[in-house]
Amino acid sequence: MTVPDNDLRDLYQDLILDHGKHPRNFRVLPAANHEALGHNPLCGDKITLYVTTDDHGVIQDVGFQGSGCAISVASASMMTEMLKGKTAEEASRLFDYLHNACTGQPTDATGLDEDALDHIQALSGVRAYPIRVKCATLAWHTLQAALKDKKKVSTE
Amino acid sequence: MTYDIARIRKDFPALAQNIHGYSLAYLDTGASAQKPRAVIDAMTRFMERDYANVHRGVHDLSQRATDKYEAVRPLIQKFINAEHEDEIVLTHGGTESANLVAQTWGRKSLKAGDEIVLTALEHHANIVPWQMLREQIGVTLRIVPVTPQGEVRLEDVKAALSPRTKLVTFAHVSNVLGTILPAKEIVALAHEAGALALIDACQSISHMPVDVRDLNADFLFFSAHKLYGPTGIGILYGKREALATMPPYQGGGDMISSVTFAETTYKEPPHRFEAGTPPITEAIGFGAAINYVSAIGLSAIARHEDEILAYASDKLSRLQGVHIIGTAPKKSGIISFVMDQAHPHDIGTILDRRGVAIRAGHHCAQPLMEHLGLVATARASFGLYTTREDIDALVSAVEKVGEIFG
Repeated sequence: MTVPDNDLRDLYQDLILDHGKHPRNFRVLPAANHEALGHNPLCGDKITLYVTTDDHGVIQDVGFQGSGCAISVASASMMTEMLKGKTAEEASRLFDYLHNACTGQPTDATGLDEDALDHIQALSGVRAYPIRVKCATLAWHTLQAALKDKKKVSTE
Repeated sequence: MTYDIARIRKDFPALAQNIHGYSLAYLDTGASAQKPRAVIDAMTRFMERDYANVHRGVHDLSQRATDKYEAVRPLIQKFINAEHEDEIVLTHGGTESANLVAQTWGRKSLKAGDEIVLTALEHHANIVPWQMLREQIGVTLRIVPVTPQGEVRLEDVKAALSPRTKLVTFAHVSNVLGTILPAKEIVALAHEAGALALIDACQSISHMPVDVRDLNADFLFFSAHKLYGPTGIGILYGKREALATMPPYQGGGDMISSVTFAETTYKEPPHRFEAGTPPITEAIGFGAAINYVSAIGLSAIARHEDEILAYASDKLSRLQGVHIIGTAPKKSGIISFVMDQAHPHDIGTILDRRGVAIRAGHHCAQPLMEHLGLVATARASFGLYTTREDIDALVSAVEKVGEIFG
């Protein structure tokens, strides 16, 4: 009995493949006031994240550069889309939700942006592939480092 | 004599399983080889009947364990054609062997400004120990470049040598590209320059006959686990005259002749470098692995693997968007590749779901990756049990990657 390939399609959904191939906000933000480098030494994924926040700590713009697998690039790309207009605290709640969704733990969606939840839903196929969870969360770890003005983060 | 692959595969219990509903195609032997029943049984039997600590007991079990343990050393000696049994130091693996040379021979015999030559394709285990030595005593590391095809050219080795060169250290076979280096010629160049030569044989030892006297290496190391034996044990071969100059590595039991608080005298090599209780059961498994491999014969294994390599290279190179990394004319048992459509990590995941086990990443050779302008590759590596069916499964799964990523 072989496993049907829709099993792989749970991981490589169209939305993921699209963001992986055509990452959004794949650019340097010259005016960014936060920046961090994220590195996953296991597979060599590296991203530099640029974040512009206003005086109230609300995220105005997010961009990234780097290279990695489809999951890490798609996750970074989708993250940049969901963060605009969010505070650091809201971003942190989204990360908690994403982390729990990707590791098969109970999630609390109360008050979270529905568009963002759809994107996270698409990524959560990674829960069947424990070794790939780090790929899905690399951009988010890097975001936390950037907002705390830590320059580097490694997922090892 | 024909190579009876069906019978050989029956010797490896781990190969006969399904992964995600597909027959396992284990193509990660370069990372670690699966174990034959002969190794598993030898270790089990030893633990069931003969196990005790070695070199210290007056009782029968300890004597039996010691005899069996020490019988492994001459087996290794014969396997690599070393001149003397005491040239075989048992270590915990290739990494420890490299560190042992760096920290004993290196710290004793080298000084600031001395040069160590290594190639751009080395595994981290043959880079980092020398960088640590550089931090400790200020030696200089000179790097021999690798051609885009993945070859190390003798003229480039020559160009890296100088009157200050004290050691040339290099992989016999690249763990990323599969390139077989012209080891004998590199050793000769090192000697002409007045330097010693160290060979990292971790990726060659299970794929071709390795003869230390023919190679004329001063040092050579490998791990048992890539030779179908257990983890946690390996060897350092050192010529008698080289080992004789070296101070102990770690201090402790089993490496001393006598200890008082005023003064301790050390045993002669190889025991001087073997502090503490050794991996005894693992040594028994190591011996069984050597016997197993020798019974098939490394020349026969090399022929079989060369045939698999040619078949796999041909099949993979026909696939749309697939690029083989490392196209040296002399290769052994390894194909690294990248795809236009997909990152190696995604390739690895998709292949795994088809029962095909490969390695994806930098393969503990980040400087080589940088040298080649890559962050990672997918690597299929072969062993004495690899079949054409394994390669067909690989090719079909790679086609699936192309389908998913379009």
